[in-house]
Amino acid sequence: MSTATLPPVLTKKDFQTDQEIRWCPGCGDYAILSAVQAVFPELGIPREKFVVISGIGCSSRFPYYMNTFGFHTIHGRAPAVATGLKVTRPDLEVWVATGDGDSLSIGGNHTIHMLRRNVGLKVLMFNNRIYGLTKGQYSPTSEIGKKTKSTPYGTTDRPFNPLSLAIGAEATFVARSVDVFQQHLKDTLKKAAAHKGSAYIEILQNCNIFNDHAWETITERDARSEHVVQLEHGKPLVFGKNRDKGIRLNGLELEVVPLGAGGVTEKDLLVHNENDPRPSYAFLLSQMELRPGFPTPIGVLRAWPDVPRYEDVIAAQIRDVQAKRGVGDLAKLLRAGDTWEVRA
Amino acid sequence: MIRFCGDSGDGMQITGSQFTNTVALYGNDLATLPDYPAEIRAPAGTLPGVSGFQVHFSSSDVYTPGDSVDALIAMNPAALKMNLPDLKANGILIVNLDDFGETDLRKAQMTSNPLEDHSLDGYRLFSVELTKLTRAALKELGLDNKTVDRCKNFFALGMCYWLYNRSMDGTLRWIEDKFKSKPVLVQANRLAMQAGYSYCEATEAFQISYEIPPAKLKPGIYRNISGNTALAMGFVAASQKAGLPLFLGSYPITPASDILHELSAYKNFGVITFQAEDEIAAITSAIGAAYAGALAITSTSGPGMALKTEALGLAVAVELPLVICDIQRGGPSTGLPTKTEQADLLQALYGRNSEAPIPILAPSSPGDCFWIAMEASRIAIKYMVPVIILSDGYLANGAEPWPVPSVSDLPEIPVHFETNPEGFRPYRRNPDTLARPWAIPGTPGLEHRIGGLEKQDVTGNVNYEPLNHERMVRLRSAKVDAIVQDVPDAVPAGDASGELLIVAWGSTHGPITAALKTKRADGHRIGHVHLRHLNPLPKNLGEILGRYDRVLVPEMNMGQLSMVLRAKYLVDAQGYNKIQGKPFKQSEIEQKIEEILES
Repeated sequence: MSTATLPPVLTKKDFQTDQEIRWCPGCGDYAILSAVQAVFPELGIPREKFVVISGIGCSSRFPYYMNTFGFHTIHGRAPAVATGLKVTRPDLEVWVATGDGDSLSIGGNHTIHMLRRNVGLKVLMFNNRIYGLTKGQYSPTSEIGKKTKSTPYGTTDRPFNPLSLAIGAEATFVARSVDVFQQHLKDTLKKAAAHKGSAYIEILQNCNIFNDHAWETITERDARSEHVVQLEHGKPLVFGKNRDKGIRLNGLELEVVPLGAGGVTEKDLLVHNENDPRPSYAFLLSQMELRPGFPTPIGVLRAWPDVPRYEDVIAAQIRDVQAKRGVGDLAKLLRAGDTWEVRA
Repeated sequence: MIRFCGDSGDGMQITGSQFTNTVALYGNDLATLPDYPAEIRAPAGTLPGVSGFQVHFSSSDVYTPGDSVDALIAMNPAALKMNLPDLKANGILIVNLDDFGETDLRKAQMTSNPLEDHSLDGYRLFSVELTKLTRAALKELGLDNKTVDRCKNFFALGMCYWLYNRSMDGTLRWIEDKFKSKPVLVQANRLAMQAGYSYCEATEAFQISYEIPPAKLKPGIYRNISGNTALAMGFVAASQKAGLPLFLGSYPITPASDILHELSAYKNFGVITFQAEDEIAAITSAIGAAYAGALAITSTSGPGMALKTEALGLAVAVELPLVICDIQRGGPSTGLPTKTEQADLLQALYGRNSEAPIPILAPSSPGDCFWIAMEASRIAIKYMVPVIILSDGYLANGAEPWPVPSVSDLPEIPVHFETNPEGFRPYRRNPDTLARPWAIPGTPGLEHRIGGLEKQDVTGNVNYEPLNHERMVRLRSAKVDAIVQDVPDAVPAGDASGELLIVAWGSTHGPITAALKTKRADGHRIGHVHLRHLNPLPKNLGEILGRYDRVLVPEMNMGQLSMVLRAKYLVDAQGYNKIQGKPFKQSEIEQKIEEILES
């Protein structure tokens, strides 16, 4: 067997650049970068096929630190640039690095339209609930009442729930992970990579300078099992330090129920189905953390594989028209319609 | 010259364009001016709802849609009121008698009936019962009155074909194709048109029928073409000659949308058209496509151009090829969406933050849009720059006979994608063009990062050093200046030196050319330079400006090119500025020339 035709085996090191990383020491972005650099070599894709596109913000410096093709564009526009790239070159593996301000505020329009079109892009949305690069103003995910540089008396804006927004736009893959949950993050990235259409991944990320401890209830070792429910396809929704709580569907509502004591067993609980065709199911999951006593779900909320990718639909339409009308002939086009000859 | 006008629901644009095609096929030279309201349907019969289409055709060269009208077809009082001032004394006036009731007059804010109060005595008035006659002609078809009445524009068209001795064949073919799924409408429109033709023949109402022989155009195959169609075809031609896929990112906006419509129909050429969620996504998706290795374009008009500003700066910084079509319209803000203007020149030149030079080209006629599209694409690719095309509403919708080029005569557009990783640097420049390499994703060994942050010369790494920044600003500027090597020297039309030089750009070409002819015939020594390249300007322009006693710059703006010329060449360029949403008339230019030469 010849080995010449096999692609070279890539390692994490192959995806690191020689550029000095300019995130603040202790920033959650380092952990995300490390996870992505660890996952890319495992995807079996040649390095030159990867493109990382970003907008503006701390998270958007990401491409400079990835040894792939990379494009640091302008604020909010990464999904639009990436769409133009992907429909022109569907063979490329295109990832978008963005943040809560970039993706949900200035770039909100591009985000929802990318998702509804189901362009084959993987979006890493770093959510730190603050504007870091501009030094500490509130973001569209900041909790109401939050005091920041631009809101000394507290914010008056209701925040977005990024996952609800993505599901509302009928995104075909929606997931959440956390910067410090390295293994969970890597597993989630791999699942996103395997999805053909748009994948929207919210990564809860800590900004230790302007919004430290934003996700502490979720990330703190002692508390996390009480405040997080890990979604696993085909498994019931169980959480708690002693795995003694579950989530049950009651009509159109979710409810938290104790396991064991009251006679409730795992059989009574909601079994997670990430392939549920109805966005309403995933929407219900995305909203539960807002209610007292409910945990924050992490993992894949929705993976709906049966929607064709935008770039494939475009390519198919072109092939279809060419099959019906023949490949375009420039000479014929120029003379289309009525023509007449002027003789000498 | 003939003008059809009526309510925006009366089908005047179709009537006008059918008449245009017919005279073009006959071999007349022509120019057209569609004039339609921004409202899709203003209330029927009112002044804001008036839509018109003017055709100037002749056996000699035609440069403009014409100053005043020989024949006016007015479908209602509002159309008559809006258009009568342009009708020549003793001109032919055809009106629809059935639409001159009291209500119709009131809607047009008329207090007395012009058909009865002798205010039209200075014209050859033909009051025709267009509605009644059309209904009579179509009564056998059993259609409702509303459908029948929509055919009365073809009755009027039939009358005009008789009046100008033209064959109805072309329009008959068009009707058959247009309504092929509804045979009864084919019959209805055919009957209406034939009835109009026969009506003139039978009634002897019109004592004369005009004969305008074919014009003496250069030998060749011709077709009728509008500016937006020509732009779209020019880009398809450029993509074929460059061997690149064509990508259009666009958001609908008047008067640019036809470029999107045309290119969307060319899927068989592999064209990808992306109707984006907004103007910003339209240009940024095109930047993404350019990065991917496509011939990428975006089309818009003034307000959309304003939205694209930041992305234009990105295209300048990352030095990717991109063509931006700005089909100018009246402004500011939403302004006059359907009317023409040339007031985006300074925006195109300077409307970005910081130093962000962009080359600018401007077509001078509808047919020229084809060649400008090819040239803009070529420059974008050769120099790795965004290029702006400044067309306008008049060129976009106006039409002229266009000699169809043969494909083998079209210039080749060489493309080089970098593939060699050996010593590859993203910002290492070609010494002649200062272009950086086009290194597209998917090429092994060329992995690199680009972006809007300032880059180090050669390596392209992020760099904030003061001297590097100044060097990069000067390099980006020098690269645009280097394009002058591809800009042909300006050659004045008319006199090579003398009393007056007219410098202009864009759609003013027609009236200036016509005026130049008459004023030179009067014995004046006048030259005319019409700039197709607005940035960089032809390198001999300064020298030419010095050959004349005076310089006149007619523009449909407050004096933007004249400001540039004054700043760059320290020349006393005098502006002649018209900002009415309408092209210059030949007579206006003539008058201005006289005024200047007498002063």
